[in-house]
Amino acid sequence: MIPEILTFGDKGFGDELFRGAQFTLLIAASAYVIGICIGLIGASAKLYGGAISRGLAAVYTTIVRSVPEVVLILILYFAGTRGINTLLGLVSLGPIEVNGTLAAIVVLGVVQGAYHTEVFRAAIQAVPTGQIEAGKAFGMGGLQIFRRITGPVMLPNAIPGLSNLWLIVIKDTALVAVVGNYELLSTTASAAAFTKRYMLFFVTTALIYLAITLVSNYFIGLLENRYRRGQTKLA
Amino acid sequence: MNWTWFPEYFPMLIQGLWLTIQLLVLSMVFGMMLAIPVGLVQVTGPKWLSAIARAYCTVMRGTPLLVQLWLLYFGLGSVFAAYPEIRQSMFWPILREGYFYAVLSFTLNTGGYSGEIMRGGFLSVPKGELEAARAFGMSPWTVLRRVWLPRAIRNVLPTLAGETVLLLKSTPLAATVTVLDIFGVILRVRQNTYLTYEPLFAAAILYVGLTFLITYAFGHVERQIPSRR
Repeated sequence: MIPEILTFGDKGFGDELFRGAQFTLLIAASAYVIGICIGLIGASAKLYGGAISRGLAAVYTTIVRSVPEVVLILILYFAGTRGINTLLGLVSLGPIEVNGTLAAIVVLGVVQGAYHTEVFRAAIQAVPTGQIEAGKAFGMGGLQIFRRITGPVMLPNAIPGLSNLWLIVIKDTALVAVVGNYELLSTTASAAAFTKRYMLFFVTTALIYLAITLVSNYFIGLLENRYRRGQTKLA
Repeated sequence: MNWTWFPEYFPMLIQGLWLTIQLLVLSMVFGMMLAIPVGLVQVTGPKWLSAIARAYCTVMRGTPLLVQLWLLYFGLGSVFAAYPEIRQSMFWPILREGYFYAVLSFTLNTGGYSGEIMRGGFLSVPKGELEAARAFGMSPWTVLRRVWLPRAIRNVLPTLAGETVLLLKSTPLAATVTVLDIFGVILRVRQNTYLTYEPLFAAAILYVGLTFLITYAFGHVERQIPSRR
């Protein structure tokens, strides 16, 4: 049923593709987590920051969201590599070959962070002021208010945006193939070029990405149901 | 910062800019021609047709654009190349070019995304307006042309503007299939001059400029539409 060329083992590229898919998921998940961290910082800078941090956050989100991802990936990839080597040079260590996977994670994380910032900003803004004031009236501090009120209340608002970004980051990992890597698309491209079976390999990879998306969609649905419980249903 | 390369490559960059605009406009126009039926049949079409449209949107939105582009360029391209009938036909000069596959894949991709947007647009038109149009004795086709479609597009114009910007940001992928758009020219500059950042910054500036232009153009169109909001 499955063509031999896609089987696992010496003769097929099944295990290579499987490892590629694992790398894709690793890059996507790590970049997503970094994106969430940057997003929370960015959103608080935009909402509660002073003039300087507000300005910096605005510049960051505007630039990252209007420059094509491929261009950003190239810029950050080289900037990141050189930055790390400059730092190493300062402490008088030789330049190192920066791990491609790590660079990809950081780059995609920085790109995701801009979108996460906007998602969290909108979600936090939708929290009724009265609830935050009530927290203040109870004598809670900033972090405590976030942990007990703003965080839990904004989460259902943020979930649709967050799930969208998860689907986007999976698809964005494919762009890392432009700088060469071990993720799914690069693996596919080299396997296809090696065997000249272009159609077969690219269709297989498209199906793998589709499967990842559909499985994610299923879990997103469950998650949304859980966080929307207790809220009035729309329409 | 070394910008001495800029005057030499300026004419090439302008050509690249023109190619990027071509890619964007062609894909958006063809994509909308695809998106309107895809959105419409999901709202009003027979079950099997709406199932096909839904599946189409899911596939287009569930796989990376770069995979779609490479699948068409390398996969379909190698299939085409295997048939001497196709290679000797008059279409071969077109079917050989990366440009063709770039426009094709961008069209199919944005057709999926915009199809989903248009579905929402068609749903957002108040039922009463469609009933009123029918009460005037308009045929279904006239209702679509005079009321349903214009109202739907009006409602989703901001979303379509966003989709156009997303499409613009996808056009540099065409450079991976030998198209010399802005990004293709920039990659060539990098190859020839060994400069790492300067060409990329130039690309970033050009794309940001185009983004603002698109945002402005759609804003202009939106302001033409009278609304009581």
